[in-house]
Amino acid sequence: MLETTGIPSLEQVNSSFPSMERLMQGPVAIVECFQRIPCNPCATSCKRGAIVPFEDINDLPNIKHETCNGCSLCVFNCPGLAIMVIDYTYSETEVTFKIPYEFIPLPSEGDFVQGLDREGQYLCDVKVLKVQNTKAMDRTPVITLAVDKAYLKTFRNIKVVK
Amino acid sequence: MKHIEILIVGGGPAGLCAAISAAQSGAKVMLVERHDHLGGQLIKQTHMFFGSEKQYAGTRGIDISTILTDEIANSENIEVLNNATVLAIYEDGVITLEQNHKYIKVKPERVIIATGASEKSLAFPNNDMPGIYGAGAVQTLMNIHGVKPGHNVLMVGAGNIGLIVSYQLMQAGVNVKAILDASPKIGGYLVHASKIRRMGIPILTRHTVLKADGKDSLEHATVVELDERWQPIPGSEKEFDVDVMCVSVGLSPLSELLFQAGCEMKMVREFGGYVPLRTEHLRTTNPQIYIAGDVGGIEEASSAMVEGHLAGLAAAKSIGYEHPEFERVYVDYNEQLEALRAGHAGDHIRAGMSKALIKEASC
Ligand SMILES: Cc1cc2nc3c(=O)[nH]c(=O)nc-3n(C[C@H](O)[C@H](O)[C@H](O)COP(=O)(O)OP(=O)(O)OC[C@H]3O[C@@H](n4cnc5c(N)ncnc54)[C@H](O)[C@@H]3O)c2cc1C
Ligand code: SF4
Ligand code: SF4
Repeated sequence: MLETTGIPSLEQVNSSFPSMERLMQGPVAIVECFQRIPCNPCATSCKRGAIVPFEDINDLPNIKHETCNGCSLCVFNCPGLAIMVIDYTYSETEVTFKIPYEFIPLPSEGDFVQGLDREGQYLCDVKVLKVQNTKAMDRTPVITLAVDKAYLKTFRNIKVVK
Repeated sequence: MKHIEILIVGGGPAGLCAAISAAQSGAKVMLVERHDHLGGQLIKQTHMFFGSEKQYAGTRGIDISTILTDEIANSENIEVLNNATVLAIYEDGVITLEQNHKYIKVKPERVIIATGASEKSLAFPNNDMPGIYGAGAVQTLMNIHGVKPGHNVLMVGAGNIGLIVSYQLMQAGVNVKAILDASPKIGGYLVHASKIRRMGIPILTRHTVLKADGKDSLEHATVVELDERWQPIPGSEKEFDVDVMCVSVGLSPLSELLFQAGCEMKMVREFGGYVPLRTEHLRTTNPQIYIAGDVGGIEEASSAMVEGHLAGLAAAKSIGYEHPEFERVYVDYNEQLEALRAGHAGDHIRAGMSKALIKEASC
């Protein structure tokens, strides 16, 4: 499926998620990178060693969710835009997602934007909590969104209509 | 006639790194580039690169170009000729070039050919209609000249270039209707495919273009699904209303100069066309001539840079300029190259290399 459509399967998505126990402890990175390619910035950017340093540059990223503190450094360093950070503890009903977003116009804090799934289909409107675009991010802004917990495994992207 | 120690043809990542390493070894270098700017393909790449830190992974192609050209500008051993095209290489080692309508003859001791590649085209009725471009042309329009190629695009080819150019088109506010590929699987990196798919762009594998139509320029494209034997399935035709079709079905090495120079050439499918036989030091069967980058086999900027360094070091050494830390850096670059080609993505490169590599003694 992924190889013919670009859409990861539910099993692949599940395999990249940490346990519910870890989700309950706060922000954590989800890495959706399922193919061996010569690439390693996720591992070299992670200061905590939560993405285990690669032996071979073609290794698949191996993330230790217990060591990850959700700092988001890997989110804007990954050239495949394959990583997001989620915080399941944000509220009773909502989870936050930090996703990389390289399009203009950028949303503004407080906006509601369209939440999309891994096929680009509309799920629900989501609220923009934060827009970070620092020099260190090198033109890959990171957007923090509050999303209904029902969409934990399906939310993946946004569309900004201004 | 001007005497030159090392002449480098092409100012892309391979040529830039060749110049840097040859100059660091102590050789006097002339770097010739037919465009008015250095950087080759890099200056069109606004996305972050893959690879490892040593090849600037995570940095955008355009910024890698700036890092390298700054280094060139600071080297006293490198003379850069922009807007200069190498026209011919003669049997006696004389090379002719054209710059601003002036015809220049030079006689270098060594030449490093780093001319890169050109785009392949696709045969279908009306494929010469205005609105049908190569992906490279679309990238040049958008990212160098700031011109939108049109409104609605059909991308043909789901390799990395097709995927990345689709993403860049979307960033420029152009609507990409679909990405087609005749093969049963997406050829480019799946992380790229996923980031495009989640913007709602369908990727249609096992599909090809049947024909293009329009009055004065492209208005519709008809595509068709292919069966297991790559034959069109009758009745599966789909129409797309598009004013741009972007063809990205592969590159082939720009190796004419190497043919002229009498280098022994071989058709290597994995490398995209005719490439020169070369030793592990990137020397061709013409001992005056070395190669680096896509001209020796279509690969990546990361490996083009590493090959450039290796060719620069080896060419300089062959005329008596040994880099102060030759052993260490040479081994390090070779290890980088091996690592880049080690994985599944490097399968075809290793296969191609086994056909194009020759022993040092035979040249
Ligand atoms: C859309 C796209 C995305 C890419 N993304 C990546 C990526 O993420 N990571 C990666 O590693 N690689 C990527 N690449 C591949 C990478 O750009 C090429 O592999 C790399 O540029 C090859 O370097 P090169 O120096 O061999 O050739 P080029 O960059 O093509 O440079 C060749 C230079 O030679 C000059 N030249 C040619 N003939 C002559 C002549 N007769 N006289 C004078 N000058 C001449 C040309 O003008 C050109 O400047 C991408 C390529 C494309 C098109
Ligand atoms: S979020 Fe921070 S700690 Fe977690 S994997 Fe990414 S870089 Fe490492
Ligand atoms: S940086 Fe991103 S694309 Fe590269 S290996 Fe890590 S997760 Fe995969």
